[in-house]
Amino acid sequence: MTTVSATGTARREQPAPAVHVASPDLRRRVRSPHRPRWWTPYVFLAPFLLIFGTFVLVPALSGVWMSLHNWDFFLPDHPFVGLQNYVDLFTPGALVAQQFWESMRATGIFVLLSVPLLMAIPLALALLLNQRFRGRTFFRAVFFAPYVLGVSVVGLLWQYLLNGNTGLINGYLAELGVTEAVPWLTATPWVWVSLVGVTVWWTMGFNSVVYLAGLQSVDEALYDAAKVDGAGRWARLWHVTLPQLRPVILFVLTMTVLASANMFGQSYLLTGGNPSNETRTAIMFIAEVGLEQFRMGLAAAMSYLLALLLIVISALNFLFLRQKES
Amino acid sequence: MATIVERTGRVRTRTASPAGRGVVGTLLLYALLLILSVIVLAPLLWMLSTSFKTTGDATALPPQWVPPEPTAEGYRTLFADAQAPLLRWFGNSVLVGVLHTLLVLATAAAAAYPLARMRFPGRRVVFAVIVATLFVPGFVFLMPNYLIVDGLGWLDTVWALVIPGAASAFGVFFLCQFFASIPGALEEAALLDGANRWQIFVRVVLPLSKAPLATLGVLTFLSSWNDFLWPLYVLFNPSQLTLPAGLATLRGAYATDFPAIMAGAAVASVPVLVLFAFVQRYVIAGVARSGLKG
Repeated sequence: MTTVSATGTARREQPAPAVHVASPDLRRRVRSPHRPRWWTPYVFLAPFLLIFGTFVLVPALSGVWMSLHNWDFFLPDHPFVGLQNYVDLFTPGALVAQQFWESMRATGIFVLLSVPLLMAIPLALALLLNQRFRGRTFFRAVFFAPYVLGVSVVGLLWQYLLNGNTGLINGYLAELGVTEAVPWLTATPWVWVSLVGVTVWWTMGFNSVVYLAGLQSVDEALYDAAKVDGAGRWARLWHVTLPQLRPVILFVLTMTVLASANMFGQSYLLTGGNPSNETRTAIMFIAEVGLEQFRMGLAAAMSYLLALLLIVISALNFLFLRQKES
Repeated sequence: MATIVERTGRVRTRTASPAGRGVVGTLLLYALLLILSVIVLAPLLWMLSTSFKTTGDATALPPQWVPPEPTAEGYRTLFADAQAPLLRWFGNSVLVGVLHTLLVLATAAAAAYPLARMRFPGRRVVFAVIVATLFVPGFVFLMPNYLIVDGLGWLDTVWALVIPGAASAFGVFFLCQFFASIPGALEEAALLDGANRWQIFVRVVLPLSKAPLATLGVLTFLSSWNDFLWPLYVLFNPSQLTLPAGLATLRGAYATDFPAIMAGAAVASVPVLVLFAFVQRYVIAGVARSGLKG
């Protein structure tokens, strides 16, 4: 729709120079025959800004407004409550505070367990794939494949494989002589092993591919120089590869922390937040409160707290790695 | 070009073996790759195998990789279920992914062009606001956007999935960086030839930007295809669901009827995997370039 109107303006603009050629400001016209009208850039920006304004800027502010109200989707009145929603989340005895911080804890545990693995394993995989060998493209595609399946297929598949009574994993463990069935999806700490393991299985290919691009842009001359200086394989990895990869590592780290902090689907599909809500992540709890119980003001307050925390972590991440660089 | 690269690679390995690994090293490398491939592929094979089993065989011990009595019962059950219109879900997902991706590409490219190549009042402010939102996690918009989408009457329609996420700050930022690197001489030449800004954008800038546009397209389509939480809550009617939201309902509906559940998972994943096998080069190139901006 917007493209059509833009084409329209473009067509109208076309004959303009011919008219102006004879005008006194001929010199300027020759230098730049199509000096854009003042509104040209705004026309280009308009479609984006329309969507951006409606679904990013307005909600960013109206969300704050909601969080200051007792905003129930199904009630006609949304009484103003000031900071009460936030206060509730910091009131030690309150049920909602207890549940919220439990969900924050679950998200925190998942981030702490998954991020190191999602940084290290894909890096190792990328180093492996960065060797010269036949079939490299094939293996790269194989390792990336689970990512294109999406969380729902992955969730359905693994809740079957990890089923405590009838799953394939426990089936093979029984063959190996493990007599007691491992409760992969129903008891800690196994639930965390499952959630982290499945996430690694699902997304390691994605991170590897990003690393791999970084590895391939490292200057070969640096390796040659290191070799001349007598650096071994590990020394080259430590003193050439990793320092050269720093920007890519920072990018992958930021992306992975955010993705893990946003974890929802794996818990929703694999454990349902169990046992006793221990794997119910912050996002899952926010969605439950806001979009199932429709206490949207409270949910908005929770999402701002989580967002603030994530922004602080990202900023620290950035500053820390920047500092090391200089 | 690919063959040349492959051939030179092969020649080099044979003559100089630049990686400096001997026969043992090569064997170890392949052994490792093979083990990892099994870890990645075995679950998918198990999914296919189970989808052709009877419910009894699906949970038999020891595990049976080849269905003892092959049956399409799981598929039949699923396709007979009006509450689980799998193909419809598939179609919805494709429709949403394509429309959303096109909208993101069109709006982000059009917005990035003036931000990167024109001077105008407010440019810095607009750019700063867009970049600032890159650091705001998406879930912040969840509650207010639910209300906005409801207000527009878009709940339970594809528009709820196509439009709200289409203002891609990442897309604008990413394309800006590329557009800024296009030599100004090209644009000046076109201006002297009498082209206006729109013509330059369409005939000069966009054709030069195929690679970054493809990258943005791939990343956008993947994230739309995988989007789970939002469709789960804004879609209700079984016929309106996308594949991720629809598949999630199977878990409750079919509980331990694993052949049916795996049949659903297989229908959802086999076409995607086949397509991926053909276009993997472009998908992977797209993802690879996403990290090379910093």
